Amino acid sequence: MRFKKICTADIGKKNCHTLAFYKKQGGYKQAAKALKKWAPDDLIEEVKASNLRGRGGAGFPTGVKWAFVPKNSKKPKYLVVNADESEPGTFKDRLIMEKNPHILLEGIIICCKAVAIEHAYIYIRGEFVFATERLQQAIDEAYKAGILGDNCLRSGIKIDVTIHRGAGAYICGEETGMLTSLEGYRGEPKLKPPFPAVEGVFGCPTVVNNVETLANLPYILEVGAKAYRSIGPEKSPGPKLFCVSGHVEKPGTFELPMGIPLRTLIDKHAGGVWKGRKLKAVIPGGTSAHVLTAAECDVAMDIDSLAAAGTMLGSAGIIVMDDSTCMVDALLNVMRFYHHESCGQCTPCREGTGWLEKIVQRIAHGEGRMEDLELIHDVCDRMLGKTICALADAAAFPAQSIVTKFSDDFVAAIENGGSPAWKKRHLSTVGGGASHG
Amino acid sequence: MAQTPSFSREAMKQYKWFLSRYPTRRAALLPTLRLAEQQFGELGVAEMRYVADLMKISPAAVFGVVTFYTHYRRAGTGKFHLQVCSTLSCALRGSEDVVTRISERLGISPGETSECGLFSLSKVECLGSCDTAPMLQCNDDYHEGLTLEDVDQLIEQLRSEASQGVNG
Ligand SMILES: Cc1cc2nc3c(=O)[nH]c(=O)nc-3n(C[C@H](O)[C@H](O)[C@H](O)COP(=O)(O)O)c2cc1C
Ligand code: SF4
Ligand code: FES
Repeated sequence: MRFKKICTADIGKKNCHTLAFYKKQGGYKQAAKALKKWAPDDLIEEVKASNLRGRGGAGFPTGVKWAFVPKNSKKPKYLVVNADESEPGTFKDRLIMEKNPHILLEGIIICCKAVAIEHAYIYIRGEFVFATERLQQAIDEAYKAGILGDNCLRSGIKIDVTIHRGAGAYICGEETGMLTSLEGYRGEPKLKPPFPAVEGVFGCPTVVNNVETLANLPYILEVGAKAYRSIGPEKSPGPKLFCVSGHVEKPGTFELPMGIPLRTLIDKHAGGVWKGRKLKAVIPGGTSAHVLTAAECDVAMDIDSLAAAGTMLGSAGIIVMDDSTCMVDALLNVMRFYHHESCGQCTPCREGTGWLEKIVQRIAHGEGRMEDLELIHDVCDRMLGKTICALADAAAFPAQSIVTKFSDDFVAAIENGGSPAWKKRHLSTVGGGASHG
Repeated sequence: MAQTPSFSREAMKQYKWFLSRYPTRRAALLPTLRLAEQQFGELGVAEMRYVADLMKISPAAVFGVVTFYTHYRRAGTGKFHLQVCSTLSCALRGSEDVVTRISERLGISPGETSECGLFSLSKVECLGSCDTAPMLQCNDDYHEGLTLEDVDQLIEQLRSEASQGVNG
C-alpha cells in the first residue's frame, strides 16, 4: 500500500488544529464507526491484526496489551495517554498535540470503545504549556460538538477526557511512575506485575498508550488492518514519526514509513551532517538506546531491524553527532541526565547513575585512570536488570556502548589530561577567577 | 507573603472541578498545586500549607510532592525564570554558550536569582524541543533556535516588559 502521512500531512495549513478543519478531512468518521458499528472484541482483533506496536519506546503490540484488560472486572477501567515525552531527543507527540490534537482524541475514542473505558486521562508534561492549551481547546470543541461526553456522537456511549499536567520529572514517562504521579504522589515507579492492564491507576485496570500510538488508530480503521500492515515491515508496520536532532542541517520531525534506512533519514530528510562534516555517531532511539558508529548506520529504522543491530527504535529520537564531537563529553551529558532523573528508590540505580556520572566526569576533567573503563562496565553490570523500572538499564546501555565503541576518545582523555572541550574551557578560565566546583 | 494565602472564588470553582474529574481527592493534588502556583505566583511554605489544609493532606506530604518535581515555581524565583535546556541535543548545538551569555549579561550563575529579583537562571533537562536547539523556557514560553544575539534581545525585551509593568 502506498505510504501516506497521517499525523503531519496538513501541518502548516491554516487552522489545522481546529475541529472544523479536522472534520473537513474526514475526521471522526472512524470514531463514529467504532462507536456505532464495531463490537469491542472485533476492534481489539483488528488492532492486533494491524501489528501496530507502541510508539512510546517499548514497541509492545497495542492490541495484545488491550486484550490483557480483564473483561468482567467490576471496577471502572481507565485509559492513560502517555504525553510525557521526556526521552531526550524526542519531540513528536508535542507536534501532534499542537498541530493535530483531534487525531489524538479520535484515537482515544476508538481505544475507549474497544476496552469499554469511560474516562481517559492525558498525562502531559508540565513544560508543554502551549500543547496543553491546544489540547484543551480541542477537548472543549469536542465536548461542545457532542463528540465527547455522556453520549459520544449519539452512540449512547460515555467517554470523558481530562488533561493532567505533570511537573517536570523524566520518570513520570515510565508507565507506573506516571500512574503514581496521576494519583497525586511523587512519581515513583512500581514493581510489575501487577501490570497496569490488570491493576493500574486507582487500583483499576488501565491501558497506557503513547500519543502517537493512539493517533494511528483512525487510519487503521480507515484502510483496514491488512493494508496498514503492508506499510513498511510487516512485523513492525505503519507510518512513523522520526525526530532528528543534533548535528544535521535540517533537524525536525519526519513522518515516513517504518523501516526507512537511517542513512536516508539523515542525508536526505534531515539535510545531512551539518557544516560539511563527517558523521561520527548516532543514537537512534532516544538517549536510552545503544549508540551506533558511523559504520553501523546502514540500518533500517524499525523495531526489529534496530534490535538486530544491537540497539532499539525506542522513542525514535535520533541524535546525530559529527566528527568534532568528543564522546566522553557526550556520555557525561547523558549520565548527568540519568543521575538527575533517577527517582532514588533502587540502590543500584540511585548509586549506579551517580557513580557513572562521577567516573565519566573525572575522565572528562583529566583525572581519569585506565581502570575506569573497566569500572564503568562493572557498575553497568550491577545495574542492569536489577531495579524496579528500566531507568537504570536506560542509563547503562549508552554507558556500555559509548565506552566500548569509542574507547579511543576515552583513552585520549585519560592520557591527555581531559576531554578537548574541558581543556579548552579550563585554559580559558585559568586566571579568570571562575570556579568549576 | 504576609497574609495567609487563600483561593479566590474563581480558583475555588476550578478546584471543585478538579475534584469532580478524579475518583480520589488526592489525585487533584498536582492540578491544585498548579492552581496555587498561578494564583499566588509561587509555592512557598505558606502556599503549600494552604493546599495541604484545603485537601486534608499532611503538609509534609505536600512538601514531598512539590520538591520531587522540578517545574513548580518555588519561593524566591525571579519574575522571569530562564530555564536553559542542557541535555545532549541542545548541548551539541551550543547550549553551554547560551548559559554563559546569560550569566555574563545578568551576573548570575545557574541556580541563582539576580539581585533585582527579575531573573532566575537554571539549567534543565530536555524540554522536548531538540529540533530547535539550543532553546530555553522562560516562564510558560519556549524560545527556540537561539543565537547569542537572540539571547541579548530576549533579556532586553524582558527588562522593558518589567519596567513597563511597573510604570503602568
Ligand atoms: C525511564 C522510562 C521513560 C519513559 N518515557 C516515556 C515517555 O516519555 N513517553 C512514552 O510514551 N513512553 C515512555 N516510556 C514507555 C512507557 O513506560 C510505556 O511503555 C509506554 O507509554 C506504553 O505506550 P505504548 O505501548 O503506546 O508505546 C518510558 C519508559 C521508561 C522505562
Ligand atoms: S530504576 Fe531508578 S528510576 Fe526506576 S524505580 Fe528504581 S531508582 Fe527509580
Ligand atoms: S535536548 Fe534540549 S530540548 Fe531536547
